Amino acid sequence: MGDLDDLYQELILDHNKSPRNRGELENATCKAAGHNPLCGDRVTVFATIEDGIIKEITFDGAGCAISTASASLMTESLKGKTLEEAKALFKGFHGLVTEETEETEDGPGLGKLAVFSGVCKYPARVKCATLAWHTVHAALSENGDTVTTEDDE
Amino acid sequence: MTTVADTSNKTSFEPATHGFDVARVRQDFPILHQSVHGHPLVYFDNAASAQKPQAVIDAVKRFYETDNANIHRGVHKLSVRATESYERARIRARDLLGARHQEEIIFVRGASEAVNLVAQTFGRANVTSGDEIVVSHMEHHSNIVPWQILCQQTGAVLRVAPVNDQGELIFEEYEKLLSPRTKLVAMTHVSNAIGTIVPIRDVIEKAHKVGAKVLVDGAQAVPHLSVNVKELDCDFYTFSGHKFFGPTGVGILFGKKDILEHMPPYQGGGEMIRSVTFEETTYNDLPHRFEAGTPNIAGGVGLGAIIDYVNALGFGNIAAYEHELLAYATAALEAVPEVRLVGTAANKVAVISFVVDGVHPHDVGTILDQYGIAIRTGHHCAQPLMARFQVPATCRASLAFYNTRQEVDALVAGIRQVVKVFG
Ligand SMILES: Cc1ncc(COP(=O)(O)O)c(C=O)c1O
Repeated sequence: MGDLDDLYQELILDHNKSPRNRGELENATCKAAGHNPLCGDRVTVFATIEDGIIKEITFDGAGCAISTASASLMTESLKGKTLEEAKALFKGFHGLVTEETEETEDGPGLGKLAVFSGVCKYPARVKCATLAWHTVHAALSENGDTVTTEDDE
Repeated sequence: MTTVADTSNKTSFEPATHGFDVARVRQDFPILHQSVHGHPLVYFDNAASAQKPQAVIDAVKRFYETDNANIHRGVHKLSVRATESYERARIRARDLLGARHQEEIIFVRGASEAVNLVAQTFGRANVTSGDEIVVSHMEHHSNIVPWQILCQQTGAVLRVAPVNDQGELIFEEYEKLLSPRTKLVAMTHVSNAIGTIVPIRDVIEKAHKVGAKVLVDGAQAVPHLSVNVKELDCDFYTFSGHKFFGPTGVGILFGKKDILEHMPPYQGGGEMIRSVTFEETTYNDLPHRFEAGTPNIAGGVGLGAIIDYVNALGFGNIAAYEHELLAYATAALEAVPEVRLVGTAANKVAVISFVVDGVHPHDVGTILDQYGIAIRTGHHCAQPLMARFQVPATCRASLAFYNTRQEVDALVAGIRQVVKVFG
C-alpha cells in the first residue's frame, strides 16, 4: 500500500481528524466561500489582516480528508505571513500538487505543506487539495464571491 | 490470486443460479480481465456506464470494416447494407421494449437527449402557463433540468413527489399532486443513486386518470429489468445504450405513435424532411422526423447487437442472478459496523449506496481504487436526493450480471482497509 501511504500521510490524517483553526472568526476583515461542485465540498475562509499581515485565519466547512487537512494546514502556514508571502505559498503549493514545478522534496519554504506532495499522483484529488487555497486567494484579493474549483485552469 | 474468470477454478464461490453461468458470461467481456494497481479489476460502476461484450465490439468493428456508408440515402450496396443493419437495430429495440410499431422507436444520443426532445417538442406544444409537470425527488438531473427549462419558457410549474426514508416514492403524496393542471409526469423507473424500483405502472395509471401524459426514464431499468411499454401504457420511455452494455452516443426514445404524430419537430436538418424549398418544408414520416442529420450508425448497430446478446442470456436469468447477488452484497455491507446504507427500498435493483462513518466518500473511492475496485462517489447527478438524505455524497456500488460474490467480498475487504486507514 505504498501509494496510499503517500497520499494519506499521518499528518494529513491527523489534521482531518482534528482540524486546527476551525470555526468562524469574529471581526474577520475578509472572508470567502469555496465550493467544489463535483464532490460537494464546501469551505469558508475567514481572516483578519492588519498592516498587510494575516493576523488570524480560520476555516469552516465540510469535505473529504484531503480538503479538510489542506484547509487546516493552510491556516497554520498562513498565520503571521504577509500577503506577498501568502501569494508565494499559494503558488508553491499549487505547483506541488499539480507537479508543475520540479520535484523539490519539501519545496521552497513550503514546510509542512510538503506532506501533500503525494496528491499529484491522484489527478482526481487535486481539486480537493486546492479548494481552500483558491478560497483564501479570493478572500485576500477582496473578491468575496463564492469561488468554485471549476474555474480552475 | 486467481480471477473469477479462471474457469478452472470457478464453482465453489458462486451461487448456483439455474441457467446462469457467471464465469462463462465474464469471458464475453474482455475489459474485465485486467488488473488495476496490481489487483484484479472489480468494476462496480455499471450505473455510470456498463462494459461491453465482445459481440458488441465485434459488431461495431465489422460495421466499419464491411458496411460503413451513410443510411437511407444511397442506392449503392454499402448504403443499403448500412441502412439494413441500422433499421434492424430499431426493430430489436422495438421488441426489447415491447412496442407495437417501429415508427415509435426514435434513435437519440441517450436518455438526456430523449428527455430534452420531449420537453422541447411535446412540452412546448402542450404545456402552458399554470400547467404542472410532476417529477419525483429521486430523479437524475437529466430528468429535472429539461423540465425546469420548459417551465421557464412556458410559465408552467414543476411539482416534486417526495420519497420516504427508505428511498421509496410516497405514493399517496404523488397522487395528491395530480390534478387537471398536470400535463406531464416525468419519472424514473429505477433510481440511479439508490436503486429503488418505482411502481411505475401505478404511477402511469394515476397520471392518465387526470389526463396527464407520462415519460418514464428507463436509463437504469433496462439494464436490469424486462420492460414492456404496452403493459405499462407509458406515453414515452427512454434508455441509453451505454448503460445497457452497448455503445456510447446512442439511445432510444419510445413514444406512442398518435402522440409522436402530433408533435412538432425537434431539430431541423437532413433526414427529417420530405421536401424543402425556401418557401416551405414538409417533414418526413415517423420516426425519421425526429432524427435530423447523420446519426450514430455504428452505435445503432452495436445497440442491436447488445439487445441480441442480453436476450440470449435471458432477463429472467439475469434478474434471478442479480437478486441473489444484491441480497449477498447487502448483507455483507450491513455486517460492517461503520457502513450505513442509503436507500433501503423493499424493491430494488443491484445498486447500493452507502456511507462509511467519519470518512468522506471521495476518500473511500480513492482507497478502493488502490485495490482495483471501481465505485462511484459523489452526488450521482441527483443532488436533490442527496439533500433529502442529508449527505453531500455517497459511495455507490452498482452491480451488473457479470459481477460476482468474490468481487463483493473484495469490496468489503477494501472498506475494512478504509476503516483501518482512518481508524
Ligand atoms: C436515471 C438516469 N437518467 C438519465 C441519465 C442520463 O443518461 P445519459 O447520460 O446517457 O444521457 C442517467 C445517467 O446517469 C440516469 O442514471
